[in-house]
Amino acid sequence: MKAIRIVTRAIRDSFKSVFRNFSLSTAAITCSSITLVLVAVAMIISYNVKNITTNLERELTIVVYLKEDRTNENVEKIKRELPQMENVEKIEYKSKEEWKLEMKEYSDTFSQALEFLDTNPLLDSITVTVKDVNHLKETTEQIKKYDFVSSADYGEGMAENLVSVFNVVEKVTIIIVAALVLVTAFLIGNTIKLTIFSRRGEIDIMRLVGASNISIRLPFIFEGLILGILGSIIPVLVTIYGYVLLYDHFNGYLFTQIIRLVEPFNFILYVSIILAIIGAIIGMFGSYRAVRRYLKI
Amino acid sequence: MNLIEVKNCYKVYNNGVTAVADFNVTIEKGEFVFVIGASGSGKSTFIKMLYREERPTNGRVDVGGINVAKLRNSKVYKLRRKIGIVFQDFKLLPKLTVYENVAFALEAIGMHTKDIRPKVVKALENVGLKEKARSFPNQLSGGEQQRVCIARAIVNNPKLLICDEPTGNLDPDISWEIVNILDKINKESGTTIIMATHDREIVEKMKKRVLLIENGVLAKDYAKGSYKVHESN
Repeated sequence: MKAIRIVTRAIRDSFKSVFRNFSLSTAAITCSSITLVLVAVAMIISYNVKNITTNLERELTIVVYLKEDRTNENVEKIKRELPQMENVEKIEYKSKEEWKLEMKEYSDTFSQALEFLDTNPLLDSITVTVKDVNHLKETTEQIKKYDFVSSADYGEGMAENLVSVFNVVEKVTIIIVAALVLVTAFLIGNTIKLTIFSRRGEIDIMRLVGASNISIRLPFIFEGLILGILGSIIPVLVTIYGYVLLYDHFNGYLFTQIIRLVEPFNFILYVSIILAIIGAIIGMFGSYRAVRRYLKI
Repeated sequence: MNLIEVKNCYKVYNNGVTAVADFNVTIEKGEFVFVIGASGSGKSTFIKMLYREERPTNGRVDVGGINVAKLRNSKVYKLRRKIGIVFQDFKLLPKLTVYENVAFALEAIGMHTKDIRPKVVKALENVGLKEKARSFPNQLSGGEQQRVCIARAIVNNPKLLICDEPTGNLDPDISWEIVNILDKINKESGTTIIMATHDREIVEKMKKRVLLIENGVLAKDYAKGSYKVHESN
């Protein structure tokens, strides 16, 4: 009962305190809002970059052509064995007959040219989608080992450059988000430290009248939580309205059809929840640490 | 029965200054004791050790059965709940009303709300401030603020009331008012009162036991009514 009473009083006092120390609360909330908006922007950019690179990576495939003299057994063998390779996600086989039909349908010129020839000059092809584009080269080399494979290409050079650029961009955005979260933690923590510094007299009096450390700390921790959550409201609104507006404005694509933005829902909900959690945790933890300084534990 | 027992107590600060040396004194339950001495004599250090704001470097300081020297920081609140403290600068929370400031001491120890109200009202009645319950500290005079501080100190019926120069910031008439309130508390509820002061006229006229501290040692322990200003100077 006593514990419940201490907690409910702490919650009541923390709300009172947020209003009674209005200017300090406003400073803390503004500071959290500004930094969390930056975190939100960085998170949105980072996730979109990841999404774009994943989409583009998916486009990177190995195109395998089989030799003209391949037997039916060869075809069956490669169709059976390729999907079992470690890095192969799926394969798409197209026989030379299918190619011929397709080309005939594509244009009359092709159709006439193909009719003119006695034999089918086209080759069987297999499009291989890989699981990890970083190992495109190794997988290609493995496929080339089949003696009935005429060629296996993945756009050497270009593909590798693209993949390494993606990797760098992804890592950079993650580092930026992490750095921003740290800066946010530092800024919010410091602002809360200042608000508590200005109220150290209060902590002193609480100690002198016989309040235990936990009952001194609790109202400040709840206050930090409230300030953190209030500070995340504006960033959450900016995220929700800003991103939906951006998405609608560009119809889901940025500059070109290749760069596709992440669908707003449920993406922005997750970002909003993460922002509120970051605000709340940093607020609470900042208060906890700041009060500890004046408690003489 | 002894409420306070100080034996061979020393307090040496980190900078090497010895504030209190070989201090021995016992104070019984229900006594009213003045502690006097010049600034820097160790009077405040002695008072602060009683409520464990300072920890003795050596020796023993027993307050109500608790050995203050061995009390851990995290357990200090247990001692503070048994005593009331009145300060020279009042130490009131400026954003709380008079009522809330007094109730604060009881809320801090987790008392039930329905038990808090009558106790606060009674404490405010005792110091004659019931009518000002809704005022904020900055709306009160110095004497009134000190009375709020006393009300907060006595609201939990402590066995011991420690007053660290409670009249230091007040003019003579108001000082007498405060001392009379303390005397009334001492007589009516039997609360032991230890009051550090510079005001030797009050000390002489009150005719209580007086501890004179000089250079960190207990220079003289005057029995009730034996202290005379001109003798001590």
